Amino acid sequence: MEATYNYKVVRQFAIMTVVWGIVGMLVGVILSAQLIWPALTEALGPLAPYLSYGRIRPLHTNAVIFAFGGCALFATSLYIVQRTCQTRLLSDGLASFVFWGWQLVILLAAVSLPLGVTSGKEYAELEWPIDLLIAVVWVAYAILFLGTVVIRKTQHIYVANWFFGAFIITIAVLHIVNSAQLPWILGGDATSWWKSYSAYAGVHDAMVQWWYGHNAVGFFLTTAFLGMMYYFVPKQAGRPIFSYRLSIVHFWSLNFIYMWAGPHHLLYTALPDWTQSLGMVFSLMLIAPSWGGMMNGIMTLSGAWHKLRTDPILKFLITALSFYGMSTFEGPMMSVKTVNALSHYTEWTIGHVHSGALGWVAMISIGSLYYLIPRLFGREEMWSTRLINVHFWWSTIGVVLYIAALWIAGVAQGLMWRATNADGTLTYSFAQSVNAMYPFYTIRLIGGTMFFAGMLLMAYNVWKTVAAGKAVNDARIPQAVAA
Amino acid sequence: MDAGVFGSLVTVIFFLLFIAIVWWAYRKGNKQKFEDAANLPFREDPEDARKPD
Repeated sequence: MEATYNYKVVRQFAIMTVVWGIVGMLVGVILSAQLIWPALTEALGPLAPYLSYGRIRPLHTNAVIFAFGGCALFATSLYIVQRTCQTRLLSDGLASFVFWGWQLVILLAAVSLPLGVTSGKEYAELEWPIDLLIAVVWVAYAILFLGTVVIRKTQHIYVANWFFGAFIITIAVLHIVNSAQLPWILGGDATSWWKSYSAYAGVHDAMVQWWYGHNAVGFFLTTAFLGMMYYFVPKQAGRPIFSYRLSIVHFWSLNFIYMWAGPHHLLYTALPDWTQSLGMVFSLMLIAPSWGGMMNGIMTLSGAWHKLRTDPILKFLITALSFYGMSTFEGPMMSVKTVNALSHYTEWTIGHVHSGALGWVAMISIGSLYYLIPRLFGREEMWSTRLINVHFWWSTIGVVLYIAALWIAGVAQGLMWRATNADGTLTYSFAQSVNAMYPFYTIRLIGGTMFFAGMLLMAYNVWKTVAAGKAVNDARIPQAVAA
Repeated sequence: MDAGVFGSLVTVIFFLLFIAIVWWAYRKGNKQKFEDAANLPFREDPEDARKPD
């Protein structure tokens, strides 16, 4: 039998990336509208509680990070590992299990979160039965990915696989440690058997939570998407990465430093001062590997800058890297204690997150998918390149509106909260600072809606491409030119 | 060994390890090896492989 790649699982995850992207971002748009019109969903009567802000906010974050981002990572990592190791995935059965298992996790999240079932840990809200399922699916994914690396036909393991490998191992450790919890049923109360309480208490719980939370950003939303970058940027640009040696130093420095940055989420809290300072210093050091990686990606285009004019996929990838550079400069700045004193708990944080999440994570994924989807359906390119270009401009303008509005909103909020009169009383009441947010919330809603509309455009383009093509289940492995 | 000494020791070891990685990555003898590795994504399908223009 002729040697082939497993494209089926890649295709399944690629399509679901678009679907979950639309769902997750729609929830985001609803949330941002609720901030302007708090009574928006109250008209739904008996349905209203399930769509209240507090319940659908974790739905939004889980959907965009783990459903949209997760599916994008599964699709691209399983594609890249096969193409760069020149071998089929370790097991087709395991691949199917990972796909259906992950979809089940997403479905359970989509049901349990609106019902108000939550462990209350940010980005880890899902209750223990779902946590167990995640652990099983993740271990299966680790075996599938790392096992494929083991049976590779090439001598060297390409750098993208190193980034994905670090992501898979770290997320396993983070998820298992942070989700250590005691099910309430052990206390003898079976009426809410799904309820659990963290195994950690007080400030330890907070530290474990943000060790997890920040490394979810560091390894799920950064390292893994850098793996995507190290494959698709060279491929789309038609030239190898600017410096492979820099990519090795980039990889190890990121891994050595990222683990320690978590405490910057807990500045000016009960966390010991030295831990706060440690988190701040490591966050500042992170600028070096982050910018090294960004330069490495962007400089890959050196000598071929003209391609940026005509290739909207490349525009997505390179703009993503620019946002990556911007948010990895902003992040360390915000972790400086004096800056954090102003920015913490304000909209600035939300702006920062979205410059990373929409500008970097979503745009690098969208660019990669536009490269990937035609190949998965036996086509040369997407149905419409012009629509990709329109999508690019909608999302870029959308992100810029979004983050600019929240920067101003955040700084205004921070200044209003700290303003005092000569006699020491507060100049503004909290409600006044909320009132000042309306214009910025409105601009944010417009920006977010534009980004969301871009995803609809993408779905249409994908639909047309799929209709014109034919699903490829198994792609022939070209006889490798001497490994 | 108390936790402070252990922590310091690990930090120093990691630092030296990192220096070794940088040295290894930029060693002259490894230049060709890493340039070949950079071309891995292009070796698979001849129609996609393009010489840098």
